[in-house]
Amino acid sequence: MLKQLSVFVENKCGRLTGIVELLGNGGINIRAMSLADTADYGILRLIVNDPQKAADLLKKEQYTMKITEVLAIEIPDEAGALANVLRMIRDAEITIEYMYAFLGKQQQGALVTLKCDDTEKAAALLQQNHVTVVDPETVYGL
Amino acid sequence: MIWNEEIETMDRAGMQKIQLERFKETVRRVENHPFHKERLQKAGVSADNIKSLEDLQKLPFTMKDDLRDNYPFGMFAVPRRDVVRIHASSGTTGKPTVVGYTRGDLENWAECIARIATMGGASAEDTAQIAFGYGLFTGAFGLHYGLEKIGATVVPMSSGNTRKQIMLMQDFESTVLVGTPSYALYIAEVMDELGVDRSTIKLKYGLFGGEGSTEEMRAEIERRFGIIATENYGLSEVMGPGVAGECTHKCGMHINEDHFIAEIINPETGEVLPEGETGELVLTTISKEALPIFRYRTRDITSLRRERCACGRETMRMSKIQGRSDDMLIIKGVNVFPSQVESVILGMEHIGPHYQLIVTKKGFTDALEIKVELTDGSLLESYGELEKTNKRIKERLHSVLGIDAKISLVEPKSLERFTGKAKRVIDLR
Repeated sequence: MLKQLSVFVENKCGRLTGIVELLGNGGINIRAMSLADTADYGILRLIVNDPQKAADLLKKEQYTMKITEVLAIEIPDEAGALANVLRMIRDAEITIEYMYAFLGKQQQGALVTLKCDDTEKAAALLQQNHVTVVDPETVYGL
Repeated sequence: MIWNEEIETMDRAGMQKIQLERFKETVRRVENHPFHKERLQKAGVSADNIKSLEDLQKLPFTMKDDLRDNYPFGMFAVPRRDVVRIHASSGTTGKPTVVGYTRGDLENWAECIARIATMGGASAEDTAQIAFGYGLFTGAFGLHYGLEKIGATVVPMSSGNTRKQIMLMQDFESTVLVGTPSYALYIAEVMDELGVDRSTIKLKYGLFGGEGSTEEMRAEIERRFGIIATENYGLSEVMGPGVAGECTHKCGMHINEDHFIAEIINPETGEVLPEGETGELVLTTISKEALPIFRYRTRDITSLRRERCACGRETMRMSKIQGRSDDMLIIKGVNVFPSQVESVILGMEHIGPHYQLIVTKKGFTDALEIKVELTDGSLLESYGELEKTNKRIKERLHSVLGIDAKISLVEPKSLERFTGKAKRVIDLR
């Protein structure tokens, strides 16, 4: 399954730059990211070309982080396509905890990252329904 | 006006003579008291061999713990039947500190307050509204009897019930307000909210104590009420309010030196510092009967100076309290020790051992923020988990400290590390 990094970031000037710089200097390429914040802190979620190496870099600098398995799916780049996929997930009573889109560079469709309460079940379900679950290696190598 | 002209304007030599006599008398009274006997013997001090006030420096300090260890009445130096009043200070850790007064002590207490009230502007013409809480706390009763002694009309309103406080202030035409400076400011805010017409308030003087305040806060109180605000100082262990107070010139607090001997020490070494230097205030009672105390370490940082004041008084003056020599913080009137915060934080999962306390004033109310480092990534699955942890820390701290704190989760390494003595408190008040 696709590996995502979650990093704890304080809501302070320069914190995000520090993380991105650290990864950039380590040769890590960011494929997708999402950052939500509260008044005081945020959680930065990253899909990168080499999750293990990125994790090692962050740990070495004592960032608080976690690796989570998520799903990347490819959906047709057209109106209503996302709704179709989400309906399948809802009907199977799987909860989506968060999702975000990839930085646009894909060939055919749009790439979306999903984290569900039961991500494996969601992967199986989507594959049965002919939704393209993108192979992690493909994502890392985008 | 000076309440006790003879004492308050007495020259140095005369005052030192009184102090020496009373110091000797106090030693004589406790020479067989279980707590004092051994300490006096060890120091080689007896009533008969005291030659000068410097002999006081031979005696060991008395700590708050000595009072706690002798809870409740072990430090009393008179039979229980001679004790006519008990007060106690709030205990941060378990038992409160208990103090007692004989009839003579109460008379001296009222005398000390009478002087302070008079130097703060009050007289028999005034109506004094006491907005300190009545109870075990010494503030309200202390000011009450001293103000009665000078003939003022005392309104024992107690603290709280602010609307009624304001109503009585208007209806009784109170001219003196007694309380903590922060409560005074709160009253002013409520007056603004209610749209109270200032001309219906007859206040002229404020006698404030129970907590320290800055010059800015005083200026604000004076501006808001249109009064002269003075500060007074005391602590229950030696009497309560009444140790010292400002005259209306507001240039230091005049110490009632015929009842207390003040010393300034280096809090680290215990060494007595020369006059004028800043250090920890140490007080010795020389008139107390029920609970005499030698060299009590107040933990309050100040300095002493001995110059004639513009008001004509000759007594030694102490500057505003500049801080405390232990790490105790007073937040919203509650005593908080950083060690209490530490014990909570070290006992919790997901967060690191480093922390920082930031105390600020929001409007006129204290606010405490505690920063802790989030060290465990397993919570990063959702904001809900982080919020839950935040709430758990908050609740645990509330149960230990008794006050609410804002908890801020910060990144590892973002709090300062200390190689020597840690400084984990930032007090921005």
